[in-house]
Amino acid sequence: MSRAEDGRVHLTREHALELLRRMMLIRSFEEKCAELYTQEKIRGFLHLYIGEEANAVGVMQALEPEDAIVATYREHGHALARGISASAVMAEMYGKASGSSRGRGGSMHIYDAGHRFYGGNAIVGGGLPLAVGLALADKMQGLTRVTCCFFGEGAAAEGEFHESMNLAALWKLPVLFVCENNGYAMGTALSRSESNPDIAAHAAVFGMPADVVDGMNVVDVEAAARRAAKAVRAGEGPRFIESKTYRFRAHSMFDAELYRDKSEVEEWKKRGPVIRFTKWLLDTGTAHESDIEAIEREVETIVGDAVTFAEAAPWEPVDDLTRDVMSPAKGAVR
Amino acid sequence: MTAMRTITYREAVREALREAMARDERVFLMGEDVGRYGGAYACSKGLIEEFGEERVRDTPLSEAGFTGAGIGAALGGMRPIVEIMTVNFSLLALDQIVNTAATLRHMSGGQMSVPLVIRMATGAGRQLAAQHSHSLECWFAHVPGLRVVSPATVADARGMLWTALEDPDPVVIFEHAALYNDEGEVSAEGDLARDLDRAAVRRSGEDVSIITYSGSLKKALTAADTLSAEGIDSEVIDLRSIRPLDNETILTSVAKTKRAVIVDEGWRTGGLSAEIAARISELRFYDLDAPVERVCSVEVPIPYPRHLETAATPQPDGIMTAVHRTLRR
Ligand SMILES: Cc1ncc(C[n+]2csc(CCOP(=O)(O)OP(=O)(O)O)c2C)c(N)n1
Repeated sequence: MSRAEDGRVHLTREHALELLRRMMLIRSFEEKCAELYTQEKIRGFLHLYIGEEANAVGVMQALEPEDAIVATYREHGHALARGISASAVMAEMYGKASGSSRGRGGSMHIYDAGHRFYGGNAIVGGGLPLAVGLALADKMQGLTRVTCCFFGEGAAAEGEFHESMNLAALWKLPVLFVCENNGYAMGTALSRSESNPDIAAHAAVFGMPADVVDGMNVVDVEAAARRAAKAVRAGEGPRFIESKTYRFRAHSMFDAELYRDKSEVEEWKKRGPVIRFTKWLLDTGTAHESDIEAIEREVETIVGDAVTFAEAAPWEPVDDLTRDVMSPAKGAVR
Repeated sequence: MTAMRTITYREAVREALREAMARDERVFLMGEDVGRYGGAYACSKGLIEEFGEERVRDTPLSEAGFTGAGIGAALGGMRPIVEIMTVNFSLLALDQIVNTAATLRHMSGGQMSVPLVIRMATGAGRQLAAQHSHSLECWFAHVPGLRVVSPATVADARGMLWTALEDPDPVVIFEHAALYNDEGEVSAEGDLARDLDRAAVRRSGEDVSIITYSGSLKKALTAADTLSAEGIDSEVIDLRSIRPLDNETILTSVAKTKRAVIVDEGWRTGGLSAEIAARISELRFYDLDAPVERVCSVEVPIPYPRHLETAATPQPDGIMTAVHRTLRR
């Protein structure tokens, strides 16, 4: 039995350091992105995941390479946690031809077929029906794979959310819905957008088992994801996880953050997923300062290499503007 | 002469919203992040403080729901202004707009009226890629029962909202996202209700008619300036209303210049430029000295990198080339 099939977390020193390494890679990558944005290397919208890293990292532990992932425009962390190379993601942020989506998508549209990473959707709620369909295809083909769909709590107000949840439950599809509840949809607090702000309760309406988890605690997230993925893989139908988390940065780089108190942000930062897990590792003697420093150096090197790669990568020639609109292999699909 | 003052397009929209709410208690604004956040493009900043949460109403992410609620509220006696962040997200509300707002008057045999205003941002130019950059105005312009306008100048942004609110039928207002920071003049008094039916001749000329609207107007005017240095005298027409189209202004201009270049940030196939070209050829075919030219977005979802986004959308160079072709230069 592979690790992912087992519904439990085996927190060996090695595994704990791996969780930390992945979270720190995302953190370091995105801090670099923020810097590159001010230098106008990265343009358009940039939605940082800083503060929410435990979610993608924890959930991905429960997924196998053949499983599929659907995410949103705030997906750099998911892409990295899935194992897509930092260089390919960074080149995409630059819009270079060596980016994961040939530079066509940028920050909001990271795709990687090899990793079964289906984006990168910038329409809130737009990914949920797609996840339902991927899972439907698996079910119809007799494949025991999980489709994991990440979205924010803001999406829960969209019709596509309710329609997708119903379809998945009705047809008992292998979907793992992961709602990353960071409390705000742009500037709108959850209590101001949902008549019932208990997001997990929405799943109950469809008879879908749901778990609420501390999204700032990577081990809790991993454990919840393992339990849920195990049930989904066993053909028990869709599962729902609401992960309570927080974004430390603005919604995007255009947001003046007039809707929340600085003190609230500071409070949450104290419970940050990286800080807290690091402290736990040190307090329990699972890791030493030198381990943490080594990881810091390691992720800095990866991010530095990614920037070097993106800088050196070519721009796509304007002559290729209309490539990839339609397949050149008309009639080839069987 | 009336005294003038300079404001931005964004401020013009905001002033118009404030004026409308002050003038008519039935007017309210609703949409995602219009209140506390101040609007995705900061158009409604400060209005929630002034008019309160009831009238500057933040909605959940529910485009179909709140747009439909706007239709219902209009039926019920209010004068709602629904803001949809961008035209891309309006696709989630298309059912309500096309199947309900546009049809109610007719389906009810003239009994029902939907005095609703829907505002939304449109257009490319900010490197937001293929789910945030499209110009789908022509989809709305296709639909009988809607009025569709597109202010390209600060003065129009300031004035069109009020006229739209006076309209007994649904009006969709498209604000090009690349215009919000532009400055322009409006009259000091602020009372600027604008006629929504007529196109405006923004530059008069004898040699060629450049017909455009929205974010492309600036580009057309830039091209016209450069062309004038070459001795080519362009007339630039800003459609302002894209449904109905002002045939008279378009055709009068073409009858004079005998040449037309249509500039449209929408895609070429089945687009607004096709409709305008068809009208010119139906009604002014024998006046033309050259085939009608079109400068449109290239048929590709708008890509993220700057150089490809620029290449995908109409630019002054392309407009000049098209003008040269009509003049066989
Ligand atoms: C259909 C749609 N409506 C509006 C938007 C604009 N928008 C982008 S992100 C966002 C907030 C989404 O919040 P949430 O789902 O909680 O995710 P978070 O950004 O907090 O991760 C909004 C309103 C959009 N992209 N798509």
